[in-house]
Amino acid sequence: MKNPEEILELIKSNFPDFEVTFDSSMPVEPIISIDPVKIHLVAQFLKTNEELLFDSLMSLSGVDDANGTKTKEEDGTETITGGTLSVYYHLHSTSLKHKITLRTSSNRENPEIESVENIWKTADWHEREAFDMFGIIFLNHPDLRRILMPYDWEDTYPLRKDYKNPEFYHGMKVPY
Amino acid sequence: MALKTEEMILNMGPQHPSTHGVLRLELEIEGELIKNVKPHIGYLHRCFEKHAEAMTYPQVIPYTDRMDYLASMYNNFGYVVAVEKLLGIEVPERVQYIRVIMGELQRIASHQVAIGTYGLDLGAFTPFLYLFRDREKILTLFEETCGARLLYNYMWVGGLSHDIHPDFIRKTKEFVQYFRPNIQEVNNLLTFNKIFIERTANVGILPLDAAINFGMTGPNLRASGLAFDIRKEDPYSIYDRFDFDIPVGKGTVGTVGDCWDRYYVRVLEMEQSLRIIEQALDQIPEGDVQSAIPKRIKPPKGSVYTRVENPRGELGYFIISDGSTSPFRVKVRAPSFVSLSVMGELCKGHLVSDVVAILGSIDIVLGEVDR
Repeated sequence: MKNPEEILELIKSNFPDFEVTFDSSMPVEPIISIDPVKIHLVAQFLKTNEELLFDSLMSLSGVDDANGTKTKEEDGTETITGGTLSVYYHLHSTSLKHKITLRTSSNRENPEIESVENIWKTADWHEREAFDMFGIIFLNHPDLRRILMPYDWEDTYPLRKDYKNPEFYHGMKVPY
Repeated sequence: MALKTEEMILNMGPQHPSTHGVLRLELEIEGELIKNVKPHIGYLHRCFEKHAEAMTYPQVIPYTDRMDYLASMYNNFGYVVAVEKLLGIEVPERVQYIRVIMGELQRIASHQVAIGTYGLDLGAFTPFLYLFRDREKILTLFEETCGARLLYNYMWVGGLSHDIHPDFIRKTKEFVQYFRPNIQEVNNLLTFNKIFIERTANVGILPLDAAINFGMTGPNLRASGLAFDIRKEDPYSIYDRFDFDIPVGKGTVGTVGDCWDRYYVRVLEMEQSLRIIEQALDQIPEGDVQSAIPKRIKPPKGSVYTRVENPRGELGYFIISDGSTSPFRVKVRAPSFVSLSVMGELCKGHLVSDVVAILGSIDIVLGEVDR
């Protein structure tokens, strides 16, 4: 069983040229941040390294950080430009019992993050959900389509902080 | 194969009695054999997570009720444990004990539905009625405590909405005495019934490494042979004070991790829940259940991921706080959502009639899958 600092040291010593940052300022849980296009390499390492053996992905959550510039529109709604969308990975090892939280952030206009579906199968649906709700593109995901919203839902992503209810859905007025 | 029949796509659901709700399964079949199963979900999607961002912390609790509507108490439980951790508050002993008793009663009630409807799916009507008769007694206990039978809003951040009534302990003890022999009745009626075994043993086998990789938790994971229970592994509330066993699948009538094992783990878990309830009833202290409820719930900036052992598996709440009175982000890791994703893997190579047996054995609630 290792604490987050030791896990961070292991990641740093194995990936010396990656940008890995550690955030323990948050109360409750420390978080390790990793580059979005290298997350799968770190994930693979975390799963297979004999001292870590993170064989279980508990949860994968998309988050809209809402840290871009906000512009008010005439009708009172807000539009956010710039800033980041993040994905949080909560990992757990069933044999060694330790836990860790990873975070990776990508820019809002073109959010592309490497998929970890081939490392933990359970990421398949979680990533589809994050795509559906935030529009995060998971590179190399085998079947990235909407999961909770209808398949013909137009390009809006409900859990983004600047989401606006559409006025029409397939020509029908909302609220009807 | 020399003989190849034409492949066919068959839709099962969204309105189908064996899908346990509004779920559409797209079956790719070749004759009677399943080539692949694609679940299509989202018919009950209400975007709970978006609602939660517009609510204050206590206002979210009724929404959690409506996710897994067969285990509402436990959804409340998971949410309040997460918010209390974020706030860093201690909860009185009496509240902890009552929460555990309610949680375990809810686990029994939930497993009764799971077992009863599983029998129903496979053509056994009587066990369903017997189990619902007993579940009624648990719902009555809940109703006498908080006024609701299905959606309780009972556990609040820091406390409970009502204290238990003076007769509750006696009545619950009576229920434990009454229900314990009835588990044996279920075994006689269904578990060791030859037809039932034929339908479930060696069907839908999930090996342990695949189960972990697919993120299976709860009874589904334990049936594959790993004694993993968050109540023991990562104790929350006061579960470390009770003495209980973790039942695992042993492949008694077939292979480890088959449908029968997943079913039987649930039967054994009811007995363990009764044990926890008995111990908790004996130890419960006096006290005020509302003394620790904060006047103003405004957690500091930060994030927390907590998980509890819901009747269906690991129920995780990931809450990010931006320091205001409403959560910045609430993500629910719903056990049914994850369990359902394994359907395609489990069904490959089985017959069409086995799909119903496999779907019933992973025990999903669509309210939680879609949230």
